[in-house]
Amino acid sequence: MIKSIREAFPALGRPGFHYLDSAAMAQIPGMVSETIAHLNRTARSNVRRGLHEMARRADEAYDGARDSVGRFLSAPPEEVVFTGGCTLALNMAAWGLGCALGPGDEVVVSRLEHHSACLPWMALAKERGFALRWLGVTPEGRLDLDGLGAVVTPRCKVVVATHASNVTGAVSDLPRLAEAAHAVGAVLLVDGAQMVPHGPVDPRALGADLYAFAGHKAYGPTGIGVLWGRAEILAGMAPLVVGGGMVGAVEDDGFTLADPPHRFEAGTPPVAQAVGLAAALDWMGGLDWQAVHQQEAALTWHLLDGLRGMDGVRIVGPLGLEARVPVVSFTVAGCHPHDLAHLLAERGVAVRGGAHCARPLMSALGLEEGTLRASLAPYSDRADVDALLSALSEAVAVLR
Amino acid sequence: MSDELYGAAIKELAAREPATLDHPDASATQDNPLCGDRVGIDIRMEGGRVVAFGHRVKGCVLCRAASTLAAEQAVGLDAEGAAELADQVAGMLKQGADPAFPALAAFLPVRPHKSRHNCVLLPFRALAKAVGGA
Repeated sequence: MIKSIREAFPALGRPGFHYLDSAAMAQIPGMVSETIAHLNRTARSNVRRGLHEMARRADEAYDGARDSVGRFLSAPPEEVVFTGGCTLALNMAAWGLGCALGPGDEVVVSRLEHHSACLPWMALAKERGFALRWLGVTPEGRLDLDGLGAVVTPRCKVVVATHASNVTGAVSDLPRLAEAAHAVGAVLLVDGAQMVPHGPVDPRALGADLYAFAGHKAYGPTGIGVLWGRAEILAGMAPLVVGGGMVGAVEDDGFTLADPPHRFEAGTPPVAQAVGLAAALDWMGGLDWQAVHQQEAALTWHLLDGLRGMDGVRIVGPLGLEARVPVVSFTVAGCHPHDLAHLLAERGVAVRGGAHCARPLMSALGLEEGTLRASLAPYSDRADVDALLSALSEAVAVLR
Repeated sequence: MSDELYGAAIKELAAREPATLDHPDASATQDNPLCGDRVGIDIRMEGGRVVAFGHRVKGCVLCRAASTLAAEQAVGLDAEGAAELADQVAGMLKQGADPAFPALAAFLPVRPHKSRHNCVLLPFRALAKAVGGA
C-alpha cells in the first residue's frame, strides 16, 4: 500500500531523497496540485460577492470545500472556519476567548504546546491581566495529568492543549482534559496540527470545544488552516480581524457581526487553498487508515529500535507505540542537532533540528540545544528510516 | 558533501573552553531564532578598546568555533573595529570576499551553505553589539 500512496506524491520520486520532515510540512499529492490549478483555470473569482458565472463556480467550490472539511471532522459546515493557517486559527481562538477575560481569571496552557498555541495566551495574559498556568509534562514527554485537578481550578476559563506533540509525538488524553475543563466551566482549545495528518478526527466526540489545524501539514497547500468550533462557542466569540464579508449591518456609529463561520473570515478568503485542502482531506478520507496506522507503527518501531541501538542517543518522547504519532525526537551526546541535520541533509535525508518552536517544552525537559526530529507520514517507507539510521551513524562519526 | 565544514581546524576551535570574565564593563547577547543558538559576550574596556573578553556559547560546532575566533580577535578592538570585523566575516561568507585574516579561512567551507551563515556571524555580531554599547 505504501507504494501506491507514495506514487501519488510527485516530490517523492527523486532517487536517494528521504523526506522525514512531514511534521513541518507534508508533501502534496499531485491530484491536490491539479485541483488547485483547475480552480484557478476555471473558477478564479472572489466568493460571496459576484453574480457572474465564474463567481458562481467559485462559490460552489468554496462552499464545497467547507462541506469536505466538515465531513473530515464529523461536523456541520457552519462550524468550520477557514483561516490563513493553524497559527492564525489559534490566535483567532485566543483573541475570541481571551478578550473577555481579566484579573481573577486563569488560562491553563500545557508545556507541550507549539509557540503558536502558547504565545497568543502569554501576550493576552500580559495585556488583559489574567493568570497563565502551565500544565507540566512527564520526563517521557507526555502531559502530566496527575496534577490536572490542582492546575485547572474554578478560576480557569480556558484549557489549551495539543492533540499530538510536534516534539515528542505524544497524543494527549483529550477526553480527560475535556472533563477537567468542563467541570469548572472552562473551554478546551486543541491544537490538532500534528494529529490531523494521521487520519480523520472527531473533535466534538473527543470533548474539544475548539480545534485548529493546518493545511500544509495535512497534504494540502500552504496558507490555509481551519478553526473548528462548537456552534455555541463560535457564536460567543469576537473576531480577531474585521473588514469585508464578516459584517451584518454597517452604520456610521458601528456595525453588527455576521454569523459564524463568516464572522471570522474577513476579507477575501483563501479560496484556492481551501479547495486544495478539501481535496487533500478527501484523499485522506479514501485511505484505509487501519492499514496506514499499522504501517506507521511498524516504521516508528523500526526507527525507535534503531535509535536505541546507537551510542549516546536519547529519545525524547514515548519509547513505545501507545498513544503516539510517528514523530520521533532525539539527541545524540556531543552532537548539536543543527550540525546533525546539516550532515543528514547532505546525505539526502530531510529532518528537522532545533527547538521546533516549543521552547517551554525544551526548557522543561532540559533540552536547551533542541533535538533532531524525524517525522513520518503514510508515504514513508522502510528505506527512509534505514537511510536515516545509516546517515546518522556517518554524521556522528564526522562530528566526534 | 559538506563534511569539510567539520574539518580539524573548526573542530579544534569549537572544542576550546570559552573564557569567562567577571565584572565586565559591557555585555551583549545574540540569539539565532532558527536554531536557538545563543552567544553572550562580556568585555572589559580601557580607553575605548577591549582589554579582556569572556563568552558564553550555546550553539552548534560552527557557532562555538566562531565564538572562539571572535574571542581571539577581540582584544584591542574599538567599536568601529568590532563592527568592521563583523562586516568582514559577513563579506567573506555572503559576498565572496577574501578572508580578512588567515584564521578566518577555516570558515570558507561555510560559504555555500547560506542557512549556516548566521551560525558563524552570531558571535561577531554579539561582539560588535557589546563593544558598540560599552
